[in-house]
Amino acid sequence: MEQTSPTTTAAGPAATPAAAAGKDGGKISSKLILPFVNSTRQVFKTMVKVDTKILTPHRKENPLVSYDVSGIIGFSGEIIGSAVVSFQAAAARKLVEAFAGMDLELTSPDFADAIGELANMIAGSAKKDLGATANITVPSVVIGSGHLIARLSGVPCIVIPCETPVGNFAVEVNIKPSAK
Amino acid sequence: MRILLVDDSKTMRNIQKKALDALGTNEYCEAGDGVEALAQIAKATGPFDIVLVDWNMPNMDGLTFVTRVRQSDKKTPMVMVTTEAEKTRVIEAIKAGVNNYVIKPFTPDGLQEKVKLTLAKAAA
Repeated sequence: MEQTSPTTTAAGPAATPAAAAGKDGGKISSKLILPFVNSTRQVFKTMVKVDTKILTPHRKENPLVSYDVSGIIGFSGEIIGSAVVSFQAAAARKLVEAFAGMDLELTSPDFADAIGELANMIAGSAKKDLGATANITVPSVVIGSGHLIARLSGVPCIVIPCETPVGNFAVEVNIKPSAK
Repeated sequence: MRILLVDDSKTMRNIQKKALDALGTNEYCEAGDGVEALAQIAKATGPFDIVLVDWNMPNMDGLTFVTRVRQSDKKTPMVMVTTEAEKTRVIEAIKAGVNNYVIKPFTPDGLQEKVKLTLAKAAA
């Protein structure tokens, strides 16, 4: 397992990828995680107008931990996998309201659209700092309690927990350089 | 101003409208992808004053849309508004014919300034 030193990003606490090895023994590179930490903070500050406290990223050990709402972006090219932004329902509604400027029902197409755009901006902004050329998909949005998202096997899923004054959420990153 | 907004996210189009309303009274046309945007241009009674276009969209992406438009319209100012921030992408978009580039996430002030700058250069 690759050990990383604490890294402080601008205007925020240190966020260090987890060091614990998982059962599949996959490696975690902070070079692939830090861009998502930075982009999440930037997107929420600029577009949602909330300051986001990034807690310590860690490996997702329990695949059954789930949420009510997820925005999914796929990666292809020199980086493959996915980045998922996930919320519990109440937090999602409040953060979408702050982003879109209106209170939207979870069943509204506009709600899903807003979630998708947040995921798009987080993944898209991170992409340029991944050190490789990658393409991202248009977003997919899943709404429903207890949904599980399939990941790349043999690749750790890193959870970046995020706290805001109007609700908490998580960015889950499951990516790796593609085979050459 | 008559403005064409091209983005698959309605939320993003609404955010852009709100920001651009600060520049004056505008008439907006909207499209969710490049195909819809070409249809909007085809049925418009005159040219748009400016077009804001996203890159990653279903059916037809923004780069393809810009390339198609520039085959017959070299004048309408077009601003790419996208998360694609790599230098190579920016160069690609400029070569395709965009007049300016805004990287998401953006502030309303930032978007307004880029649009004003683009319009000023087009008028010069």
